[in-house]
Amino acid sequence: MRRPTEEPAWLRWLLCLLAVAVLGVFLVLPLAAVFAEAFRRGVAPALAALGDPDALAAIRLTLLVAAIAVPVNLVGGVAAAWAIAKFDFPGRRLLTTLIELPFSVSPVISGLVYVLVFGAQGWLGPWLEERGIQVVFALPGLVLATIFVTFPFVARTVIPLMQEQGRTEEEAAATLGAGGWRMAWHVTLPNIRWALLSGVLLCNARAMGEFGAVSVVSGHVRGETNTMPLHIEILYNEYQFVAAFAVAGLLALLALLTLAAKSLLERA
Amino acid sequence: MAVPLGRRALPGLALGLAGPAAAQGAGALLNVSYDPTREFYRAYNTAFAAHWREKSGQAVRLSTSHGGSGRQARAVIDGLAADVVTLALAYDIDAIAERGLIARDWQRRLPENSAPYTSTILFLVRRGNPKGIKDWGDLIRPGVGVVTPNPKTSGGARWNYLAAWAWAQRHAGGDQGAAQFLGRLLRNVPVLDAGARGATTSFAQRAQGDVLLAWENEAHLAFAEFGQGQFEIVVPSLSILAEPPVAVVDRNVDRRGTRAVAEAYLEHLYSAEAQALAAKHFYRPRDRAALAAAGATFPDLPLVTVDAEFGGWAEAQRTHFADGGSFDRLYQPGR
Repeated sequence: MRRPTEEPAWLRWLLCLLAVAVLGVFLVLPLAAVFAEAFRRGVAPALAALGDPDALAAIRLTLLVAAIAVPVNLVGGVAAAWAIAKFDFPGRRLLTTLIELPFSVSPVISGLVYVLVFGAQGWLGPWLEERGIQVVFALPGLVLATIFVTFPFVARTVIPLMQEQGRTEEEAAATLGAGGWRMAWHVTLPNIRWALLSGVLLCNARAMGEFGAVSVVSGHVRGETNTMPLHIEILYNEYQFVAAFAVAGLLALLALLTLAAKSLLERA
Repeated sequence: MAVPLGRRALPGLALGLAGPAAAQGAGALLNVSYDPTREFYRAYNTAFAAHWREKSGQAVRLSTSHGGSGRQARAVIDGLAADVVTLALAYDIDAIAERGLIARDWQRRLPENSAPYTSTILFLVRRGNPKGIKDWGDLIRPGVGVVTPNPKTSGGARWNYLAAWAWAQRHAGGDQGAAQFLGRLLRNVPVLDAGARGATTSFAQRAQGDVLLAWENEAHLAFAEFGQGQFEIVVPSLSILAEPPVAVVDRNVDRRGTRAVAEAYLEHLYSAEAQALAAKHFYRPRDRAALAAAGATFPDLPLVTVDAEFGGWAEAQRTHFADGGSFDRLYQPGR
């Protein structure tokens, strides 16, 4: 018996093939090219490129920036989501829109904003300079730009779930005499933990890969303010294609691991 | 060097965690430079570190930053803590001096207009020169694709533009003829890259265009990188004397206490050792002995100067590259 919703086999196959072909051409092929280029002259040159002091510095800096930016966004994102999903207050809609701002603003502008505020010619520039504090073209600038660009990830993944779950459990906890912290720790957070983790992982992948905003505030000092994406561009421009693709391969690998962890979590 | 990787990486790890701010300071020097000097300054940094250790007994950590000359000047103005700047043209250092970071008379502080090496603009064409490009006049023929970066962001592109202008002034009938010539030349440019290195990659790696207007050193480098069989260097009948200048960033070195090492870094560029290194990386050395030793690497051709031909960089910038200048009037993308 053929059910009315069932499409003919050839159509199903065609659609599947089409999807696989599109994925293959736009995702798998470029990714494979990265690794193929990296190992074009064998494994040893690729590994040597990763052991280069400037490359090591770029890897460390990338991990350090992510290690600061992601926890900040975790706390900030959960706080914002909690406020939006569980409370009514004036400006709630505005806050929801503001959270999405980094998604709609070009990363180059996100970087320039920090140069305009913290740069030597910026609003706070002279004040910072007197105190010997370097923000742009140093670690703080890189962290600020990354936090800005990746802020929506945690909040955006958690808000829909929190809204769907509603406030009944929190209200029950409050009736039973739980304070705010206890309520958050024992009721709200356990309810959203999987969504939260997946948001954090996405946030981390983007934080490591961010190029535009970071490029503007970096200053491109070798071995000091170059993150992995910036280092890859530099190597490519220096005709060091194997080294460029070796670092690119590592960055892609970090992102793939992050995504694998995310899909494992979702299956659990 | 037979240093095991782990031992080399560990002190680096400590430095990295301390952050960029801690890595700078008395024993460190930041050179903010333009695009095609990467290979030269990497070699020079090693030489200078050895020289400085011998002279003062101190170790110095040298860092560099590279990018389009105008963009690099902008970063220094916005607070990138450069001890020295080594840029593509005097105008970009003037822009930093205007904000009070460098003394106004910086160009008189070192010999030879503060330009320890010079360069010029040559053509790079594909093997066998299939389009028969011999001189500037051939660049405006229909069907010739010319690769040159954007003069708004690239120092090298501004030298390219002025060299073409100087040739056309002599062969195409004064300023008016030169403007027409540049207009036709720009119509043969498929796309303007932001920097000299980007233009070289477009020409050599992505096979765009038939001729690359390039720094002499950039042309030689592409020649060496991509196999000598692929390209040919063409020397035009006339070009321009490019003097990429260097300067100590006074405000930064005084704040960080690095003046002595910064000045030594620039002065040592004029030493026989550094001049030979410059020649090795295809910059024309000022030192006659080093120039003679380089032999036929640097062809002898008539070179005009910006000062004599265009009344200096401030004037050239105003006439040709500022908003509403000749470039804005002549460049019409998509036509």
